[in-house]
Amino acid sequence: MTLPNEPLLVVRGLNIEFGPPERPVRAVADADLTLAPGEILGIAGESGSGKTTLCSAIMRTLPRSARVSGRVEFAGKELLSLSEREMARLRGRDLSMVLQNPMTSLDPLYTIGNQLEEVLRERRRGGAEVRPGGAVEVLRRVHLTAPELRVRQYPHQLSGGMRQRVLVGMATAAAPRLLIADEPTTALDASIQDEILILFRELRDTAGSAVVIVTHDLSAIRRLSDRVIIMYAGRIVEEGPTAEVFRAPRHPYTRALLGSLPRIEDEEVVLQPIPGQVPDLARLPPGCAFAARCPVALDACRAERPQESTVGERHRVFCWQAAAGGAA
Amino acid sequence: MSATAEERPAGAGGLLGARLWRSGAGRPPLLATAICLLMVVAALGGGAIAPYVPDEADFTAILVPPAWAEGGSLAHLLGTDQLGRDMLSRLIAGARISLLTAGAAVLAGGTIGVTLGLAAGYLGGVVEAVIMRIVDAFLALPFILMALAFVAALGTGVGNIILVMVLTNWARYARLVRSEVVSIKKRDFVLLARVAGLRPWQIALRHILPNALTSILVLAVLDVGRAIILESSLSFLGVGIQPPDVSWGLALAEGRTYMTVAWWLTVWPGLAIVLAVMSFNALGDWMKAGFDPRGRL
Amino acid sequence: MARFILTRLGQTLVTLALLTILIFVLARLTGDPTPLVLPSEATEADRAFFREQYGLDRPIHEQYVVFLRNVLHGDFGISFRYREPAFNLVLMAIGPTLQLAGVSMLVAVMLGLPLGIAAALRPGSWLAAAVRAYASFGQAVPTFWSGLMLIFLFAITLPLLPSSGYGEVENFVLPAVTLGFYASASVTMLTWANMTEALRSDFVQMERVLGIPRRLIVLKHALRNASLPIVTYLGLQFGLLLGGAVVTERVFAWPGVGQMLVDAILNRDYPVVQAAVMLTAVLVMTINLAVDLLYAVLDPRVSRS
Repeated sequence: MTLPNEPLLVVRGLNIEFGPPERPVRAVADADLTLAPGEILGIAGESGSGKTTLCSAIMRTLPRSARVSGRVEFAGKELLSLSEREMARLRGRDLSMVLQNPMTSLDPLYTIGNQLEEVLRERRRGGAEVRPGGAVEVLRRVHLTAPELRVRQYPHQLSGGMRQRVLVGMATAAAPRLLIADEPTTALDASIQDEILILFRELRDTAGSAVVIVTHDLSAIRRLSDRVIIMYAGRIVEEGPTAEVFRAPRHPYTRALLGSLPRIEDEEVVLQPIPGQVPDLARLPPGCAFAARCPVALDACRAERPQESTVGERHRVFCWQAAAGGAA
Repeated sequence: MSATAEERPAGAGGLLGARLWRSGAGRPPLLATAICLLMVVAALGGGAIAPYVPDEADFTAILVPPAWAEGGSLAHLLGTDQLGRDMLSRLIAGARISLLTAGAAVLAGGTIGVTLGLAAGYLGGVVEAVIMRIVDAFLALPFILMALAFVAALGTGVGNIILVMVLTNWARYARLVRSEVVSIKKRDFVLLARVAGLRPWQIALRHILPNALTSILVLAVLDVGRAIILESSLSFLGVGIQPPDVSWGLALAEGRTYMTVAWWLTVWPGLAIVLAVMSFNALGDWMKAGFDPRGRL
Repeated sequence: MARFILTRLGQTLVTLALLTILIFVLARLTGDPTPLVLPSEATEADRAFFREQYGLDRPIHEQYVVFLRNVLHGDFGISFRYREPAFNLVLMAIGPTLQLAGVSMLVAVMLGLPLGIAAALRPGSWLAAAVRAYASFGQAVPTFWSGLMLIFLFAITLPLLPSSGYGEVENFVLPAVTLGFYASASVTMLTWANMTEALRSDFVQMERVLGIPRRLIVLKHALRNASLPIVTYLGLQFGLLLGGAVVTERVFAWPGVGQMLVDAILNRDYPVVQAAVMLTAVLVMTINLAVDLLYAVLDPRVSRS
């Protein structure tokens, strides 16, 4: 049993490799993170930055070909050393996830009610009975309109936003202590993105669940999360309280990302793309992976990988410049 | 996977073999290729390679077992049949008939099917509807039944069997080419060619056919195996190749009577069919993996 | 839904009509059947009467109309050999053929489904490699050879089973295994491909992170999704089995349509050939139509929209 101040999730020195051992692709390198119960953490980065791989490692759903090392502790349990059977017992009940694409994440051949009841039946806590109206109740909790009708419908009869509500309902049916949401709003219309995000905050407020929201949509993170982690080329480059990181980003990549947010200037949406390309994970330079695209990179940045430096309360950054205070 | 590869007209990438090698289909199936080549050599060489005349009876050497078996002789490596004919020579002659009928069926059937498929896909409208309904009718029956219906009308023998195989074969090519054409027709370079004022048949020949060529080629190679099975089945049933011509299926049917005393009469021809079909199928599958990663065939 | 059924029904009827034309043309290609039917001592008047009776003296398009009308009444003429209506003969033989095809299909599914699922669940394993070898071998072995080899092994070397005959349960074993093995190769490959795709789908990943037991994911969700194309394919496969039955029946002297058809061809008994081909065609197309409709029922995306 976790004490209030004890962290719910601790990741230490997590490395994930794919491909041939002599020329590995390091999808995640030396990742450390801590999550308190009931905390909302945002993980941001471009596609290929390793954020989805990191979450799959926590859920233990990586393909067999992945080589994983490090520690993932969830409520005092080391997840990486659990058997597949023990892990399957935790999934959906203690830690749960919502996958990227709501359009295809429901089985097209069964009704919504059938699939919800399956989750309720399999994920109920110790011997509790499955109540007949359980599925409708779940749908009501995620504010799906006309839930009595929806349980009789098939996925193709629902819109993307409705399906995402169903999926969030399924993932949170057992009030998990940790919910990971991978790009929960990317496939949805802008008009309903907010409503889905609100669901996650409700989940935290009512069930006390911790939420990890993975997205390249920084505005979602700003609105929702308490803390934010920025990843680049498989590594965490900056971490800190959301408000502080957004107000005073320290890593040049974070600043570039924030600069690439669409901003309304004189009634015009301005989007600044980051120049250059995400590096090949199989051929990373010896120094900072961002050096090639960094506007303020020095020779030292290309030669040696930057160490962690603390730049504020619970705010850390991996950048030679930020550490020296030069660019900051 | 990239959009550029998708849009590049076929032929621009050099030799088909070289493209396949780079395409990620993996190493070519060497054993299968070797067997296919061996069969082609046997078919072309024929009498020059065979140790005996395949249909010459020798009553002094009836039902001789293979060389390594008891009572076998090095004079007849794979043994002889009930008339003293050399099995190895008959297998070589059978390879010739198999490849001749299969090759003719694939080439002629392919040409007819490709032409009609191009016409249907490119012209559309009534032409397409008529051709495709005829294609449906030809594909409505299992191919062996269709072939039997044609045999009943046309008769047996090498010439008729080739004709029958062409008639049962063309419709698949027509269906494939039509669907290829319909999808290629919408691409930019074909639209450009049309805007540039090329005539329909010029567009079909210069732009559409080369792009559909890889799919046609894969279908053709896979079809060789199917054709070998069809010919040997008809011959086995007694309504295909007729003596004195030699066919693996026919040899099997003849050897059947002697199965209890001379296993080699039924084992060799059957093995020849299986090896030949497996090899052409393996070759075709390898090409398919390279040319058609999305598996439309 | 009603529209879908009507369209498919229409297509089937058009194909069937074209097939009657094809068979009619083929029948006419074989030439004047008069000398085959009438004894050689028949007079010219007899021949003229016969031609008139069968409408052979009328223009070709009228002949087709007569042919079509007769076909619709199940009248394909009298078998030259057995002096009985060809249609009745074929109708008697269709039972054994359907039984053989049905049992073979069962064998094919019982072999192909588990093999395909097992290979899909263990990609890259030795098991998957073995299943691939099995399937490519099965696709290349002609039924007349595998049938003969089975007879050689289990009827001659080890006299356990009858090599021919019809009526008893043990008569089914060798023919059904021969034909079922051949068909199981493609059932295996198809199950493998569809199961692999289903296991990779997003909803399977989602069920995994929801902690749904693997047994349920594989059997309830992945298999049912994979089974839609498999069911369609099995319908087509049944047509192929009716074709394959022709050869298998010959090997095992099975009294079915295939055996009858080959005999009729060898004896130039054209009414029986036409009746056998037409009846099989109707059968195959009816099954294909039924399978399409079944697919529509099984898939809520089609039936509920």
